Amino acid sequence: MNPSNVETSAGTSPLEIKNITKRFSGVTALSSVNLSVAKGEVHAVIGENGAGKSTLMKILAGVQPPDSGTISLDGELVTIPNVQAALDLGIALIHQELNLADNLEVAANIFLGREPTKFGLIDSKTIRKRSQEYLAKVGLDIEPNVKVSELTIGLQQLVEIAKALSVNARILIMDEPTSSLSQRETDALFEVIRDLKQQGVSIIYISHRLTEIKELADRVTVLRDGENAGSLQRNEITHDSMVKLMVGRDIDQFYAHKAKTAGDAVLQLDRVRTATWPQHEMSFEIRGGEIVGVAGLVGAGRTELLETIFGLTPAVSGSVAVDGKVLKLSNNRDAIKAGIALVPEDRKSAGLILDAGVRGNIGLPSLWRHRIARAFANRGKEKSISADMIAEMKIKTPNDGQLVKYLSGGNQQKVVIGKWLSMSPRVLLLDEPTRGVDVGAKQEIYRLMEELAEQGVAVLFVSSELEEVISMSDRALVMHEGRLAGELSRAELSEESIMQLATGTKLTANI
Amino acid sequence: MKKILGILGLLIFICVVTALMSDRFLTQFNIENLIRRTALFGIISIGAAFVIITSGIDLSIGSVICLIGCLVPHLLIEYELTMATTLAIVGGISLLIGLTHGLLVTKMKLQPFIVTLCGLLIYRGVTRGFVQDQTQGFKGGFENLRVLSQGELAIPGTEFGIPNPFLILLAVAIVSAVFLNFTVYGRYLLALGRNEDAARYSGINTDRMIILAYVICGLLSGLGGLLFVLDVGSAQPVDFGNFYELYAIAAAVLGGCSLRGGEGTIIGVVIGAAVMQVLKNSITLIDAIPTNIEFAVIGVVILGGVTADELIKRFHAKRLANRLKNAG
Repeated sequence: MNPSNVETSAGTSPLEIKNITKRFSGVTALSSVNLSVAKGEVHAVIGENGAGKSTLMKILAGVQPPDSGTISLDGELVTIPNVQAALDLGIALIHQELNLADNLEVAANIFLGREPTKFGLIDSKTIRKRSQEYLAKVGLDIEPNVKVSELTIGLQQLVEIAKALSVNARILIMDEPTSSLSQRETDALFEVIRDLKQQGVSIIYISHRLTEIKELADRVTVLRDGENAGSLQRNEITHDSMVKLMVGRDIDQFYAHKAKTAGDAVLQLDRVRTATWPQHEMSFEIRGGEIVGVAGLVGAGRTELLETIFGLTPAVSGSVAVDGKVLKLSNNRDAIKAGIALVPEDRKSAGLILDAGVRGNIGLPSLWRHRIARAFANRGKEKSISADMIAEMKIKTPNDGQLVKYLSGGNQQKVVIGKWLSMSPRVLLLDEPTRGVDVGAKQEIYRLMEELAEQGVAVLFVSSELEEVISMSDRALVMHEGRLAGELSRAELSEESIMQLATGTKLTANI
Repeated sequence: MKKILGILGLLIFICVVTALMSDRFLTQFNIENLIRRTALFGIISIGAAFVIITSGIDLSIGSVICLIGCLVPHLLIEYELTMATTLAIVGGISLLIGLTHGLLVTKMKLQPFIVTLCGLLIYRGVTRGFVQDQTQGFKGGFENLRVLSQGELAIPGTEFGIPNPFLILLAVAIVSAVFLNFTVYGRYLLALGRNEDAARYSGINTDRMIILAYVICGLLSGLGGLLFVLDVGSAQPVDFGNFYELYAIAAAVLGGCSLRGGEGTIIGVVIGAAVMQVLKNSITLIDAIPTNIEFAVIGVVILGGVTADELIKRFHAKRLANRLKNAG
């Protein structure tokens, strides 16, 4: 818990970053940041959104140069003007959004840009053979000639690591590597990371998921507002100590939902078959005031379930009812009219218009409801609605015209929730509401879910974070390969009980 | 707003330079003619702008102008249809063309570039076949109809008059600007142009709005075709309206529309159309510029305009950055 101490034994630290400062458009992103990474170490870098993690990593990977400060490798000062220079030095960044050409085969991706040739033509045979070595290093047992698009996200992540190893990376930077992985894929990734450690590869691991860091990291460096907030040694790494350094104060990381008696059924699904998994029927109901979590592995059909209820991909058969009224859902406009709102999984592509202002985004769904003389936009109403939501959601923005793309992830998510809140929904569907959102904003989102439930709204949320499902749900639905594998009451909720259902090791008969 | 001032500055600059270099520029005949041409091109540019705002494109505008421009005299003279019937038919055809484009783009999910490129080929080919490559004219008649393009509203106390097409443009521009900026539909168009998915998730019927944009463009192209042929008096199907879609798209882009969609103002587009016409006019009037390099000059000016716009944007960003840096 000491303020980050400068390593004296430079020999054990192949990577030594000192006093790095970086400003963007006048905003200081990093201010005299220090970081030292030892050989074969998993060094976690954590911090709230906007703390400067990504900027620091981009500097290391040669995406952008620092304004001042030094970087040394094995005791020698280096400059990293571009990505190629970083790779030459053995530093590879594995980006949050994978950078694979998914129309090419695995081997071609591993050797992209430095293909061995024979008579001036690409030597595919050698590429495939040598790819196999690197795939083996990350424990991937796949044919090197499969197309990347045929692999799951988890496997693609491993291909990306194999690619990094193929350029002899000694320092691997992983930016939120598990954000779209299932539990099983995450476990496999950790296995590989531990293995790489043994081989002397240093790993800089960036994640919001503190549980993973507790499990994996040898050391933690915490950034706050672009400065070193402190660092933790292996034996000091606890949930509380990390959160404390990140936010600079003590808070409960998870909002414990208060269970209470729920009202009448608000959302009812009767033998619904989704377009993606038409072989399974789903029936359940959610009462007003209830918060119900939907757990399951990635690809279990959770997003499809929400989008079906929201009418985006109408159900093949069965019916959805709100407040006892059966809806005719041929598109999401019908759902919105009935009081259903969806906060989508991918806020940047589906939730927000990044190039529009806060007001424009919040006001969009309610424009129609408040129109004047059948056609004209009610600007005054739009302004007052967005002012209400900015206050209600505590959105940090200089003004209501600020383009949403300049807001932090947490504030962007609050804008998405705000735009639906303004419609006073009866049913609120949230798909991974806290993904990529910092601790402070998470609290706000949990508080909001709670408040809405208290007002009698039926809340249904999908989450891949088990702790979130456990702490926030009155009960949870667990999905496995497109069907409801079971339902767990609040008392029954635990990581084990959820995983058993999610992985299909146990099925409850009553659904 | 800044964008509009920039393009307005460019317009004034070209006018001043041309006025200084040619004494024919500021004559009554030239000014009225310039306003008339600007109005005609302004109308089709507004149509193009609506489609561009949805992040689409319409390459068929010139061919629609050719089709309608040839059909109007053909139906009136060869088929001896009444004026009302003729106008109803060409209006219907324009609407149908826009509707088809919109449906193909939204329901069939075809790319706007391809759909309208095929439109460009089809409508010209169909027109040439239908009128057998014969020039279509009014044979000196239909003066009462041609007044729409050729007439003008006299300004009392002066020799000047406002050409009728400019009045039509004014009406089209005002309705379009109100539609785009003050109605829910206009806001939907701008929203879906920036991010169609997010608009759809927000409950906007994006397909219907996109179709509407293509219908507007089709109708304004048709109106353009009618006014152009009334202005000139005859239409030669081989080249009538050739390249007009490019003038319209260029005017829209000069006027602040982004081909990525979601951006643009009607007033900017009209000024953009004026820049194109004044530029053409000054090439004709200034003896030092040979007329045959017209396209090259227009190309250079547009490229210069959009490059300057981008540079100014960067300059502002940098100045803002420095100001914040010094303040912090």
